Amino acid sequence: MVNILIIIAISITLLSIAVSMLRFILGPSPVDRVIAFDVMSVSSIALIAFISVVSKRVIYMDVALVYGILGFLGVIVVARYLEKGM
Amino acid sequence: MDTNILEIIGGSIAIAGSIFLLLGSIGLYRMPDAYNRIQAGTKASTLGTILSLLGLFFIFPSWFGKFMVLILFVLITNPVSSHVLARAAYHIMVPLTKLTQVDKWKERREIDESRKAHLRKVKIQKEGE
Amino acid sequence: MKWKNYLIMFIMLFVFWLLLNNSLEKEIVLLGFGISLVLPFLLCGKCEVFTNLSLSPKAILYSFLFLFTFLIALVKANFDVARRVLSPSLPINPGIVEVKTKLKSKIGRVILADSITLTPGTFTLEIIDDSIFVHWIDVQSTDIQENTKLIVSQFEKYLEVMYG
Repeated sequence: MVNILIIIAISITLLSIAVSMLRFILGPSPVDRVIAFDVMSVSSIALIAFISVVSKRVIYMDVALVYGILGFLGVIVVARYLEKGM
Repeated sequence: MDTNILEIIGGSIAIAGSIFLLLGSIGLYRMPDAYNRIQAGTKASTLGTILSLLGLFFIFPSWFGKFMVLILFVLITNPVSSHVLARAAYHIMVPLTKLTQVDKWKERREIDESRKAHLRKVKIQKEGE
Repeated sequence: MKWKNYLIMFIMLFVFWLLLNNSLEKEIVLLGFGISLVLPFLLCGKCEVFTNLSLSPKAILYSFLFLFTFLIALVKANFDVARRVLSPSLPINPGIVEVKTKLKSKIGRVILADSITLTPGTFTLEIIDDSIFVHWIDVQSTDIQENTKLIVSQFEKYLEVMYG
């Protein structure tokens, strides 16, 4: 029963990542693309957490944490680059 | 029986979270300029992720620590990254939408620039003497 | 004053270790205790971040109240965004306004800016001296005092007690 609910949640999250991907492709300025990347990486944290609950492995939560840290760092680095150059 | 009800409540909260994520990305698609996109994207994705993790916590209460770390991480880093992005957008002059009413920061920056230019002029004049 | 910084740093590291490991076995707790006891001395040349943090009972009570206010504001913000996104005419009225803060300490200002970012319709662009520039999705006025009252004061009254 609960797995069905989680799978519904996974499909909605995947849909939201797809919509963000649309903005990532369309986005007129680089900042728009980076925002889309940020939203996608935060959604992916939730997605990895869902997957870890469905497959009942706690180790995937660590993957989610590392993924979040890397996404955050990537956004910060690109923003610094846009603002001040290398 | 009790755990079953808890699991269903948790699953529903997780679905609510994922709906917020979806709303955030629809906002990201519909909003007219980069700043409004940051508004919609950041807020909705923060609450969406927090709600999803909270719902999963009802399903596996023994993983409390991991969920807590992730919730704190999202809560702290998401505003920071949105702020950094917005500042970068303003510095590389991503245009504001036509609907924009006021831009106080621009006025402030113009005042600062003119003051700096004035000081430079005064300095050059003094050196000339 | 420096000991307070070390103490808070130690508590933060230790709690983070316990949450990350998600277990209370004897070896893990002891190892984490030892590491987080040593680490602040190696890393903190001059930790001044928490110097202004007040640890009186009133401040602790106010930090819980602050968290409560903040969570309510976060949920409200999301329903606000959802309403704007889903209505077909896209009712936005954006602009950049200036507000003033009374907070002096850096960490207090950071927390204030973060809370502004996550509350309905506003997010922080830049802090210069004591003025915060806020992008507002639904501008109601351009007056500094009025905007300060609308955006900042709900959090500032708690943060003032917590950080001074």
